[in-house]
Amino acid sequence: MASAKGRLGRLKALLEEFYVSPYRGALARARREEDDLFMLFVFAELMGVPNPAAYYTLELQPLLLERFHEWHQRQGMEHSPLDGFRCC
Amino acid sequence: MNAAVLAVLGLTMMFLGYRFYSKFIAEKIYQLDPDFVTPAHAQRDDIDYLPTNRVVLWGHHFTAVAGAAPIIGPGIAVIWGWLPAFLWVVVGTMFFAGVHDFGAVWASVRNKAQSVGSLTGDVVSPRARTLFMVVVFVLLMMVNAVFGVAISDAFQETPSSVIPAWTAVFVAVIIGVLIYRMHVPILWPTIVGTVILYAVIYLGEAVPISLSAGSFGLPVGAQWILILFLYAGIASLLPVWLLLQPRDYINGIQLFVGLGLLYGAVLIANPTIVAPAINPDLPASAPPLFPLLFVTIACGAISGFHGLVGSGTTSKQLDKETDARFVGYLGSTGEGALALVAIIAATAGFASLADWRLMYSEFGNGGMAAFVQGGARVVASGVGISEQFAATLLTVMAVLFAGTTMDAGVRLQRYIVQEWGTIYRIPVLQNGYVATGIAVTACLLLAFGAGGSSGEGGMLIWPLFGTTNQLLAGLTLMVISVMLVKLGRPVRYTLIPMVFITVAALGAALVQLTTLYREGGILYPLLWIDVVIVLLAILVMLEASSAFLRERRAAAAGAAA
Repeated sequence: MASAKGRLGRLKALLEEFYVSPYRGALARARREEDDLFMLFVFAELMGVPNPAAYYTLELQPLLLERFHEWHQRQGMEHSPLDGFRCC
Repeated sequence: MNAAVLAVLGLTMMFLGYRFYSKFIAEKIYQLDPDFVTPAHAQRDDIDYLPTNRVVLWGHHFTAVAGAAPIIGPGIAVIWGWLPAFLWVVVGTMFFAGVHDFGAVWASVRNKAQSVGSLTGDVVSPRARTLFMVVVFVLLMMVNAVFGVAISDAFQETPSSVIPAWTAVFVAVIIGVLIYRMHVPILWPTIVGTVILYAVIYLGEAVPISLSAGSFGLPVGAQWILILFLYAGIASLLPVWLLLQPRDYINGIQLFVGLGLLYGAVLIANPTIVAPAINPDLPASAPPLFPLLFVTIACGAISGFHGLVGSGTTSKQLDKETDARFVGYLGSTGEGALALVAIIAATAGFASLADWRLMYSEFGNGGMAAFVQGGARVVASGVGISEQFAATLLTVMAVLFAGTTMDAGVRLQRYIVQEWGTIYRIPVLQNGYVATGIAVTACLLLAFGAGGSSGEGGMLIWPLFGTTNQLLAGLTLMVISVMLVKLGRPVRYTLIPMVFITVAALGAALVQLTTLYREGGILYPLLWIDVVIVLLAILVMLEASSAFLRERRAAAAGAAA
């Protein structure tokens, strides 16, 4: 019984890997692009871009600050674009 | 000739190729090192670079390279008789495709998992890299047109396949949503989805769909082609997780089920091959066997497309360098097995030689239709299901392979157009919808431009598609050979296949040049595509010779010093 369960588990893992691995990179990139857009929403106001959702996104800033550095570098800004926030 | 004997003989030879020849190549030529730190470890990011179980990786390589092409090509090429097609598939898989796929994975792993395209620039010359990109673009344009026409033909010949084939799209979307959005464990969606796919074949039989001729003033084939490209355009814009990923997964399962079913049926039914070993009564339209056989069967013997897969994704996930033999060589052997069973279906699945001759009354006939018609007869007598059900099942399988290639092909073309937009600073080209529109229009022009309003151009360019694919294989083998020269290792095992396949491709392009001129005159669009291919083939040869001479001189100078 236990070995049957083990075999089923291995089959599931194999199918899972077969499903996920060819598209792991493409999905991760797509997710990152969505995240980048979200970061832009959160930090737009601080960079002088009017953002109608600022009231809601303001409180998300502390949660996203850790990822801020990688994000601004991906957007082509070598150093932090915010005067009041120097991460590098 | 007995089909079961041919199947066992072919599979045994391919297995021996893996067992002994690939071992020799692995040990003496590529000299695989079990302690070499592969890019999957050295550059591990758990996204692109991730050590993966070699069986899973083999499954990916195999299912990514095996599609509709190893069914259509052999289905056309048996017009010369079953023996030349059989020999080319078996010997080609053993000594050409295996070494090529295995070599592409090895070369990429030894160079930080770079793609063959970028390796061409580093190892051969920047000019060769440009050449490589042009060949890839021409190849993509043709593959979409070819498969669009192939599916359109299949829908017309087997109207019972229409509902099951389109249902597969909805099943894929539901699986995608269940797994990606609702985090349902994979096993149940897999089982239920597969059962639905096969069950809906009964529905297809009960409700066959045929379009009426003359709607919108177009013949039926043209209507299907327009619908298919409209679908491919939309599908290529959807998120990968929603359609492409689950469709690919379903196809993988279908491939294993289909291969098991076909080989099982061949062994049980033991049909006799009715086609001649070498066809003495070729129709007047048939071109000479050499060099056309070697481009008509591209996928299934050696295919340049495999190098893109091997060096694009496979090499980034290879756990140990020694796995390259199992994944690369055996992956191409899997495709050879599909091509072999396609040959058997298209030669043993007919009641008599007269029936077979009726199918092959002209060059370019057969293809998917011969595979379906012949395969259905074999499966029906072997497994005991009705011939009509088997025909629908095989059509759906082949259509799904071709359809997924179209989705991915249009998507890749869109990326290329968007990249041009970025490089040449043309913002409008960077728009996804505009880029997709351009990609789809280019394919439609090709499909219709060559064959008039029926849109039959796709099948006319099958040999041109094969020629381009083989040129790409020649380029990949050139990169591997130059690497071997640099390392001071024997080069003949990759150089001989490279010279053979490039010469065959150039020869085929020249033969088609005269055929196309006779058929359509100086203004025939396919003639000019062929002219481009001839030029590309000549440039590939010049680049290869210059790279070899340079490296040989460098090696001689190094030895003298």
